[in-house]
Amino acid sequence: MAIPNQTEVIKDSSMLLQKSMIADNYDELTNTQETGKKISSTFVPGNLNELVMCFDMLNNLPEINAINNGMRKKSGAMVMQAEKHGHSEDVCTYVKADIGSMSRGNIAPNGKPMPSPDLLLLSYTGCFTFMKWFELLRHEYGCETAMLHVPYEGDGIITQNMRDYVVKQIKEVVIPALERVSGVKFDIDRLRENLTNSAKAEDDFVWVLESAKNKPSPIDAYFGGVYYIGPIFTAFRGTDKAVDYYQLLRKEIEQRIAEGKGPITPEGDMKDERYRLVVEGPPNWTNFREFWKMFYEDGAVVVASTYTKVGGVYDLGFRHDPTNPIETLADYCLGCYTNRNLSQRVDMLEKYVNEYQADGLLINSIKSCNSFSAGQLLMMQEVEKRTGKPGAFIETDLVDPRYFSAANVKNRLESYFQMIEQKRQGVRSAA
Amino acid sequence: MKCFIGIDLGSTTTKAVMMDSDGEILGRGITNSRSNYDTASQVSKLEAVVSARLELCHRALSAVPAMHDMVDDLLAALERNFRLELFLNMLEDLKETCLHNAADLRHAEISDQLATALNETFERMKTQLSKLFASGVERKSDFFRDLAGSVYMNVSEEVAEEAKLPFDVLINIYDKSIIETENRPPAEDLVSTFARALERVMDEQDNLPVESQLIRDLVKENLEIELEETYVVGTGYGRVRLPFPKEHIRSEILCHGLGAHLMYPNTRTVLDIGGQDTKGIQIDDQGIVVNFQMNDRCAAGCGRYLGYIADEMNIGLHELGPIAMESTKAVRINSTCTVFAGAELRDRLAMGEKRSDILAGLHRAIVLRAISIISRSGGVTSEFTFTGGVAKNEAAVRELRQLIKENYGDVTINIDPDSIYTGALGAAEFARRAVEA
Repeated sequence: MAIPNQTEVIKDSSMLLQKSMIADNYDELTNTQETGKKISSTFVPGNLNELVMCFDMLNNLPEINAINNGMRKKSGAMVMQAEKHGHSEDVCTYVKADIGSMSRGNIAPNGKPMPSPDLLLLSYTGCFTFMKWFELLRHEYGCETAMLHVPYEGDGIITQNMRDYVVKQIKEVVIPALERVSGVKFDIDRLRENLTNSAKAEDDFVWVLESAKNKPSPIDAYFGGVYYIGPIFTAFRGTDKAVDYYQLLRKEIEQRIAEGKGPITPEGDMKDERYRLVVEGPPNWTNFREFWKMFYEDGAVVVASTYTKVGGVYDLGFRHDPTNPIETLADYCLGCYTNRNLSQRVDMLEKYVNEYQADGLLINSIKSCNSFSAGQLLMMQEVEKRTGKPGAFIETDLVDPRYFSAANVKNRLESYFQMIEQKRQGVRSAA
Repeated sequence: MKCFIGIDLGSTTTKAVMMDSDGEILGRGITNSRSNYDTASQVSKLEAVVSARLELCHRALSAVPAMHDMVDDLLAALERNFRLELFLNMLEDLKETCLHNAADLRHAEISDQLATALNETFERMKTQLSKLFASGVERKSDFFRDLAGSVYMNVSEEVAEEAKLPFDVLINIYDKSIIETENRPPAEDLVSTFARALERVMDEQDNLPVESQLIRDLVKENLEIELEETYVVGTGYGRVRLPFPKEHIRSEILCHGLGAHLMYPNTRTVLDIGGQDTKGIQIDDQGIVVNFQMNDRCAAGCGRYLGYIADEMNIGLHELGPIAMESTKAVRINSTCTVFAGAELRDRLAMGEKRSDILAGLHRAIVLRAISIISRSGGVTSEFTFTGGVAKNEAAVRELRQLIKENYGDVTINIDPDSIYTGALGAAEFARRAVEA
């Protein structure tokens, strides 16, 4: 199926800024031989970027590399390469894309090879596969590995014990490892400064997410949302650049609201908002534009999504707090979306459907991600029951192109949109 | 008169339903989708028009009290003769196409012999195939391709042997020509075809209770009623390939839901097993879809699975159900993966299991997958309707009834003999509502 010509894709200035930020970061990562900087590899959920920066280290995120390779249509071959090495078809495809990329020279988007990490900083936040993934990487790189074990919010609350447990690990395991690898002494004031920056960016970020309560929504909080979370979920949280980015983004969105505009899409502004959806689950990356088009060409806009909370649930009130620097890092790790239990996730989805005046909940169930998928159908049924709004279920994958069936996804989406339309007419004729 | 048409472009067959302003069904038509949805859509629509004409004639003739007892027979004869006329037209077209393709330069040296052989083949085919349209004969398929294909194979083999010509050349010519013939949009001069058919019927009749002119006049009158295509709605996998504006397209999930509601208003759960999709659909008391689940990118366990198994066993698709019904013992087939099921089938045969028992196991495997889809869509709480091509298969129906009972107790299960038209019926109703509502 044809996707819009990549060169003609329409972008806002915040998107261009982000693009250059990411490019600069890859340049820094691939230049460490000259600069002598050390690299820490870590995951998006529960990443300790503010802390890592205190040691002049760079943050490399293998998930983001896999996403990058997925969007650039390179992940399919990498996944198959990993399968050739004995990884089964059911294993998380981020892992396989990463492993496959290693055996193909680990080339960054700028065409240069990625250097090996100096530290594997594993913050296990709601995903058991993360642990196994870094075990494989440790085997490959033989570098120092610090594991931050984050207890699951099984009862839906963060207890003082849980917080203390994480704080103790940060103090006794993570910080010493960072000092050892970098040769830089920990300075808590530097951490406070970074955290102050984080909180500033987080305020603007939340404002942007909540702008989707407007009608029409000026943003798409899923397909557009993955751009908006970029800096704050990755190597930029705590930097001045991220603060600037979110200020710029906020101005852009303010402008859109003033002009009564809908969200930006690769083909320009979305004109007619016909359906407002809440989406649960990560997007598919290999056919991202094709997938997005299925929404915007039918006038469907995503007004809230849970995927944009995997790197922090800021809209429910959490902010990085410079006055309690270590405790705030612990709370951040504990509160990420994937570390929340099913009933907390259901509550969140219910709240989104109501507060964002959505027509219903759509679940994109990811074939190779059980952390997300387990229990999703029950969540959907519960949200349907509580809100009275129809739900729908589609199935794709993260970065394995073999698991994206365009005709099947489109069929389900069209059925869902028409179902919403039919329900509205039913309500109107009954009234 | 105003007519509303729903067309369901499935992966295997294309169905059309024609409806009047009151929502009464006038006619239904079906054809194989032949990977050309444009033609398939035209053919199915034409078939629906034919059956609508017959329905109108039926209505008119039934109104004559003296005719009452013979209307059904008379119209059955009219339809048979009409179909024979259409069939012979297509056979002639196929013959001309074959002759044209035989004149291809590749066969230059034997082109004269080929032409003679083809003429002979089609002469014998005509005699044999015409018998299929005699009174009381049951045809194994209604599709031209199926009927003509099997007879051509037998007859051309005989002819090739007699004429000492290579049989494979005759087969190649046929394979190329049948595609061309099938994809030629049908000529729509129904009135004269009907008129010829009517004359054949009238010649066969004696002891008519009314003047034969009265019948001729009534039929003619009804053939002249204009069937206006007021609104057409398309659904099914092929819908995107049609030059339909967006508002004329509905998802087949909605169409199946509404169609099942029209057939059985108390239905709350619909299962549709089609060629490449299995769908579990929950509807409300208005036929509006409230939830659905379907197979993902893998179409294992759908209708095509049975087609593949039939091919593997070298039997017709319609023979699968009856053979499986003879089963006396449960054989467990684990795989709904079509390819693995083929392997499992051969394994079981080698182990000495009976064909009927294995087939029953295969039907159960499909239905088990469907049951899982139904339960994910919300299960069965009230009346249940089974639709789609597979609902015609008695062995699948038997397994389904049993599994529904095991899982959900004694619920009403509806299976309409015309269930294959459910999606097209829903689409026709959407078309009617677009104008009348």
